[in-house]
Amino acid sequence: MNNIGTLKSSSSELDLDRPNIEDYLPSGSTIQQEPHGKLLLHDLLNISPTLSEAAGAIVDDSFTRCFKSNPPEPWNWNVYLFPLWCFGVVIRYLILFPIRILGLTLGWIIFLSSFIPVHFLLKGHDKLRRSMERSLVEMMCSFFVASWTGVVKYHGPRPSRRPKQVFVANHTSMIDFIILEQMTAFAVILQKHPGWVGLLQSTILEGLGCIWFNRTEAKDREIVAKKLRDHVQGADNNPLLIFPEGTCVNNHYTVMFKKGAFELGCTVCPVAIKYNKIFVDAFWNSRKQSFTMHLLQLMTSWAVVYDVWYLEPQNLKPGETPIEFAERVRDIISLRAGLKKVPWNGYLKYSRPSPKHRERNTLDLIAVHQFLGGTCQLCSLILLSNKTLPSQCCGDWRKNDVYLCVYLS
Amino acid sequence: MGNTSSMLTQYDIEEVQQHCKDAFTQQEIVSLYQRFCQLDRNNCGFIPSDEFLSIPEFAVNPLSQSLLRMLDGLNFKEFVAFLSAFSPRATLHHKIEFIFKVYDTDCNGKVSFHDVLRALRDLTGPFMSEKQREKL
Repeated sequence: MNNIGTLKSSSSELDLDRPNIEDYLPSGSTIQQEPHGKLLLHDLLNISPTLSEAAGAIVDDSFTRCFKSNPPEPWNWNVYLFPLWCFGVVIRYLILFPIRILGLTLGWIIFLSSFIPVHFLLKGHDKLRRSMERSLVEMMCSFFVASWTGVVKYHGPRPSRRPKQVFVANHTSMIDFIILEQMTAFAVILQKHPGWVGLLQSTILEGLGCIWFNRTEAKDREIVAKKLRDHVQGADNNPLLIFPEGTCVNNHYTVMFKKGAFELGCTVCPVAIKYNKIFVDAFWNSRKQSFTMHLLQLMTSWAVVYDVWYLEPQNLKPGETPIEFAERVRDIISLRAGLKKVPWNGYLKYSRPSPKHRERNTLDLIAVHQFLGGTCQLCSLILLSNKTLPSQCCGDWRKNDVYLCVYLS
Repeated sequence: MGNTSSMLTQYDIEEVQQHCKDAFTQQEIVSLYQRFCQLDRNNCGFIPSDEFLSIPEFAVNPLSQSLLRMLDGLNFKEFVAFLSAFSPRATLHHKIEFIFKVYDTDCNGKVSFHDVLRALRDLTGPFMSEKQREKL
């Protein structure tokens, strides 16, 4: 079954000494049944594949793996490594950290003392004001990146300011926005955060044309979609940056992209970001740390090393749905950054799959038993009961990833 | 997570192995313990049903409700015993016993017509009417 297959391929990421229980699960009924014309009770009641899948999910599942941060590996402390490590800690916390804080404070002072006058005094000259605000924000972001010694390599052509284009990138931490902003002033769409981050969002970033949304509000979606559309149409607005995953993932996997960014009718320019975990893990596990703690963690490590690739702009191909377009762009980004794809919706971090999704999966179960040589023997049964089925049944379900239709509908 | 195997002593591992009738090797038990600790977020010694439902792959499984019934309030030994039915070293009898337990929802030792109907309902969801199921 293809979902056991996906489990197997993603589990090669695991440590070698961790056994893979999926290898040991019984592979369904050993009695092979010849295809019959009718749905047999025996086939329906053969629950061992389903049970195997459930046990596989209990033992290890691809969704939890997306959000696992690397535990800090203690060095093998012996006579000479321990003093060296202590020496390193002393340098990082007592020398580098104060220097960085000083540098950052200096940057803030310069920024605020230039931004506030520009913002208020140049009210009349919009174009000049906005270009100055942009340069100031870019400068501030460079200060930020310097404060944690960001070592970055940019690949690909620098983004140009044109109307009708959006940028999409994979998401690992809030600092993704800062490191991209350093090169080009983007208008980003972010979740509204509480605290000092929220304050920054509503004051300075507002001037760049950034858009906020609230994950918890249901009606918010349409309002935000409209704002996005308006923004892209304007030629003068900053290029829009969207993180279609919707949540921070640990930079080894990508979760499903939301189709909102892909149905705006513009060119999509993918950006791939890959962090090198050699000095610090830049994944912001928002369940475990606040953003301030995360920044402090970055500032007390040696450096943050990463690569940014600006990839070729993509357009919606004729006959392609936005969902397929999103998947294609996700393929491009995952390939470039060396990330594995998982078929889950990132928002499952915050909510449960509804019982409706479980029902959709029952179709998968029945289709597994009955899919023999191109005809779904279940469908004759369904036609009898007058229920409409999604067209994914009847031979096509194996082409589409079954989870795809469950979560993006 | 890297230190949990030190909390599990050799005696513990052997005890668990004996409890599940040698269905798992010691290395497997260590890995299962790491997974158990990962799922048991509050460190209360057992995994609440909520935790299982927060694994999307498990929650979309049609049999998740019946399995949850069997999985409620399991400590680590019982957790391993539960999963031992899926090990290749488990006997056929053990596996059949497990499947029987999944069907026997009212835990009376017998699989009645209602038990089968309920299982069928779980598996087929809204795609079959009650009458069709009873006919089968």
